[in-house]
Amino acid sequence: MSHTVQSSGTGVRPDRPLRAVPPRGDGGGASRRRPRRNKALERREFRGLVSPHSLNTPRGRIIYWIVLVTIVVFFTAIFVFPLYWMATGALKSSEEIAQIPPTFFPTSIDFSVYAEAWDQLELGTFLLNTVIYAGGAWLFTLAIDVTAAYALSKLRPVLGKVVLALMLSTLMIPPMVILLPAYLTVKELPILGWNLLNTPWVIWLPAAANGFFIFLLKRFFDSIPRELLEAAQIDGAGSVRILWSVVLPISRPIIGVVSILAVVSVWKDFVWPLLVLPDGEKMPISVGIASLAAQMPQNVLMAALVIASIPAIVVFFVFQRSIMAGLTAGSLKG
Amino acid sequence: MTTMTARGSRRRTPGAVRRGLRRNLTAYGFLCGALICFGFFSWYPMVREFLLSFQKTNFVGPPEWVGLQNFQTVIEDSAFAQAWINTAAFTGLALVIGYAIPFVVAIVLNELRHAKGYLRFVVYLPVMLPPAVAVLLFKWFYDPGPGLFNQILSTVNLPTLSWLDSTSTALISLVLVSTWMNLGTGTLIYLAALQSIPSELYEAAELDGASLLRRVWHVTIPQTKLILLVMLLLQIVATMQVFIEPYLLTGGGPEDATVTVVYLMYQYAFSFGNFGGGGALGLMLMIVLMVFSAIYLRVSRDNQT
Repeated sequence: MSHTVQSSGTGVRPDRPLRAVPPRGDGGGASRRRPRRNKALERREFRGLVSPHSLNTPRGRIIYWIVLVTIVVFFTAIFVFPLYWMATGALKSSEEIAQIPPTFFPTSIDFSVYAEAWDQLELGTFLLNTVIYAGGAWLFTLAIDVTAAYALSKLRPVLGKVVLALMLSTLMIPPMVILLPAYLTVKELPILGWNLLNTPWVIWLPAAANGFFIFLLKRFFDSIPRELLEAAQIDGAGSVRILWSVVLPISRPIIGVVSILAVVSVWKDFVWPLLVLPDGEKMPISVGIASLAAQMPQNVLMAALVIASIPAIVVFFVFQRSIMAGLTAGSLKG
Repeated sequence: MTTMTARGSRRRTPGAVRRGLRRNLTAYGFLCGALICFGFFSWYPMVREFLLSFQKTNFVGPPEWVGLQNFQTVIEDSAFAQAWINTAAFTGLALVIGYAIPFVVAIVLNELRHAKGYLRFVVYLPVMLPPAVAVLLFKWFYDPGPGLFNQILSTVNLPTLSWLDSTSTALISLVLVSTWMNLGTGTLIYLAALQSIPSELYEAAELDGASLLRRVWHVTIPQTKLILLVMLLLQIVATMQVFIEPYLLTGGGPEDATVTVVYLMYQYAFSFGNFGGGGALGLMLMIVLMVFSAIYLRVSRDNQT
């Protein structure tokens, strides 16, 4: 559980704006600043703990390459090999996977175990559920948090500061601690009395109540110059129009970061869907696999795990940059 | 730019009042979705957590006030002390293994000029996997028979272990999975912090004749002190909430060796149907974690300026 919280954004309060800052309007200042920053980056590129000079000596170079190769091999063994073992475990027959000592390469490349896992576990249903939960959570998060952050940042209503403080205060509450009351709440919503268990709402709406997203978005909106909005106002645009055609286009980078974080955190979440989606037909993929894991042969389970991790790996591969930006956006400067 | 609005509000013309009213109405129109979501799923549960631990909830009639009875029930439970000891041990072991390693890894990665993208990708890969996947994968590795770890141990002629099945190794096995899953987060955050250290400092230290280790001690660590402290606090708060590892790997066993506070809380609510007892445990955990959160808040506020 440790750290998953950071990646989905909890208590961390960034103090440094994201690299993508909305245009300031004056091209002169930006272009004056750029070369200086580049030079600083360049210099940093060549200088860390070890001086470039000692790296250029023959001895330094040999040590450097030994260290580099060791690290690459070591990292591959620790972080990639388990995944290789998972993917090849799923290609082995049930006799081969139980064999001692194990085979390093599967004796035959046979994808039928994957097909078996797909059919037996109804992975299609689980995957579709996960997509529905993650997609809906993404839409609700954007619709609700962007408008709220815009209102708090640019319209500044009465008591806006109090509302913001209350929203940010939720970041200090460890999520597991309010698990039980949150469960009881969705089981019977106060006042309305609705039971949200086993409906998508139980994932979608709590996902939008995210103080970290509000914080990220509001901080970005705060940096948008007022003149830009006032110009639109003079042209007769209302608040909705300004949000849609002025604020949103500028805010694409931060919306990208929030989108990725929102989708990934729903995709990774386990405990909440475990409690609130007990119906086997409604489970997302990780809960579904975990609930059936005990009754499955080892190779089929591994195939299911591979199928469950492929979307995550693909998303990471494609959106690596935004994901890492989101991670450091959530951390303090050292 | 401010002239129009400032003058308007000072004079309080009827137009300005109407405009202010309209602005507020629009703002709360925009806010209502968030207010509903936060209200139902964040603020109300926070309040309810307090009520829950002093009530008896049986889902038939209205909840009944029972004072401190829930606390008494859980404290008298034999698993209670064990759960706190396990949680503290888990957190401690996770710090010993998982706190220094990402920092060291980040320092080394920061010196490399090749394969950086690959190494960064690889170290963060386990973080992207759904935790349930990583945990179930390791469950297979821990299998005493054909499991990967014992096979590796026997290949290099070391005695094999019973991993999850023995009271002495179960908890540390849980820590290992958790560390593997989360190492990437710390590494990348430290890496970003290291890149903001001005290289002049290293140059100056080198001119003064400081050795490599002294440069780490006198430049790198002081320059990243704040982020190190923040990560320490965040890691404590995060690992003390450990649940998924005992839930999927051991079910709290063997002999309560891996029952953690959150796992016990889950058991109270969903195995024993005692939400009051679970709520009491949650409240106690919240108070403990709040101490760390308060320190964290203090640290980040002091360093804001």
